[in-house]
Amino acid sequence: MKSFRRLVYPYLLWAIVFIVLPMLMIVFYAFTTEGNSVMTINFTLDNFFRFFSDSIFINVLIRSLKLAIITTIICIFIGYPSAYFMAKLKPNSQGLMVLLITLPMWINMLVRTYAWRGLLLESGLSPEIKVYIGMIYNFLPFMILQIYTSLSKLDQSLITAAHDLGCDNKMAFLKVTLPLSIPGIISGITLVFLPAVSSFFIPKLLGGGSYVLVGNLVENYFVTTGDWNFGSAISLIMTIVILISMYFTRKFDYSKEDR
Amino acid sequence: MKRLKGLPSKLWLILLLAFMYLPIIYVVIFSFNDSRSLTHFTGFSLEWYEKMLDNSTMMESIYYTVVIAIIATVVSTIVGTITAIGLSKSRRAMKETITQINNLPMLNPEIVTAIGLMLFFTALNMRLGFMTLLLAHIIFCIPYVILSIMPKLRQLDDNLFEAALDLGCTPFKALYKVIIPQIKPGIISGALIAFTMSFDDFVISYFVTGPGINNISTMVYTSVKRINPSVNALSTIIVLAITIILVIVNIVPMIKERKKKKNEELA
Repeated sequence: MKSFRRLVYPYLLWAIVFIVLPMLMIVFYAFTTEGNSVMTINFTLDNFFRFFSDSIFINVLIRSLKLAIITTIICIFIGYPSAYFMAKLKPNSQGLMVLLITLPMWINMLVRTYAWRGLLLESGLSPEIKVYIGMIYNFLPFMILQIYTSLSKLDQSLITAAHDLGCDNKMAFLKVTLPLSIPGIISGITLVFLPAVSSFFIPKLLGGGSYVLVGNLVENYFVTTGDWNFGSAISLIMTIVILISMYFTRKFDYSKEDR
Repeated sequence: MKRLKGLPSKLWLILLLAFMYLPIIYVVIFSFNDSRSLTHFTGFSLEWYEKMLDNSTMMESIYYTVVIAIIATVVSTIVGTITAIGLSKSRRAMKETITQINNLPMLNPEIVTAIGLMLFFTALNMRLGFMTLLLAHIIFCIPYVILSIMPKLRQLDDNLFEAALDLGCTPFKALYKVIIPQIKPGIISGALIAFTMSFDDFVISYFVTGPGINNISTMVYTSVKRINPSVNALSTIIVLAITIILVIVNIVPMIKERKKKKNEELA
């Protein structure tokens, strides 16, 4: 059976060429300037200085973070009760609810966002609110399904035990159900926050171009301006910000587990 | 009292579903509108469906989406299955390496993977278009296929394979006759994930495709500047197709189950 090991080698080569190399190219572009030929590669930090010395860029970054954080929080507040009520339904209805919530997710995100554009066209809401609605709509199902999975796996006898030990409903929820569903919330946060920070078509379709996020900056510098070096630098900054946020989310998860 | 207690939670879930389905219902209704307006329903017509069929960009985008999804699914499922089988027998270091590399496109924001591939293809002097689009879809599908097959391989009993060899199978015949049938559910779910990922992809496709080659997502994105209710017609057809497929996939096993139960009761 060991001979099967060799089956991995082609993919290893493939993955290095098509996954690792492209990532390295972003880093390479981010640290160089335009017009470098093979002979004269100029490594520089100019792209990063340019980003951090301009308040417009900083503001876009802060706005994206704010949007992603608020979207995630609203998704938790709508998603948690939804998942909780779903887990309380009869088993058959639970299956139906899961199906009904997954069904819209199978329909192209672009198509659904396009629909909201029409719906909100004459609503008179500000572009910002429209973008929030689009974000929450697109990412809420991920949050609900993650929390639902962790709640439906919950051992009901634990709650009975809590009641036997003198907890009322509220205490049983706060001391048993909620802590045990934290992993679901954390994976929900990952699935909502990450795409929300980097999203660029939701703000573009619903904000009408007046609401710019980091993703739109990257799109602009790659597609419109053609300044790939600066675009790469922005996407690198975005990735680092996401990694830092994810690190803190995970840390929160572990510190909860330690107690 | 007990019944009343369940009422707020039911109401909440109904409101949730209303929110989830509002845009879908809207699209379906306005696809039958007889004017260009996206806010006022003036009358019933099939005008936008006719316009959709006449719109070559739209029809081409459907064609490219389907063709690319099928090829990407087939290729990534085959490559993913072979790799996963090899991986299950590999040393730990190799497993770790592949998992870490595969995590890159799955954990990074899609736009980062997208621009990476765009830079890479351009550096190789590849013209952005059908081939780069297809290649990119295969690249991002394989990790998901591997991920869905690996758990099935972990449950596999090595003795079965040894037994097949003892009974005179060559290793590859044993692979085909013993291992593949056992990991089939993983392969099927991997293929389904690959198909939906490819079918729905926007961000990566948008950056790696070239002029004239659009899938449904990039077509919707670029046609949005001008109001085009044909997009509603196309969306309605997609909604209908997906609903039918999902209903069949979910209802058929339920009916089978019921029949089985009935038969058991009779017997």
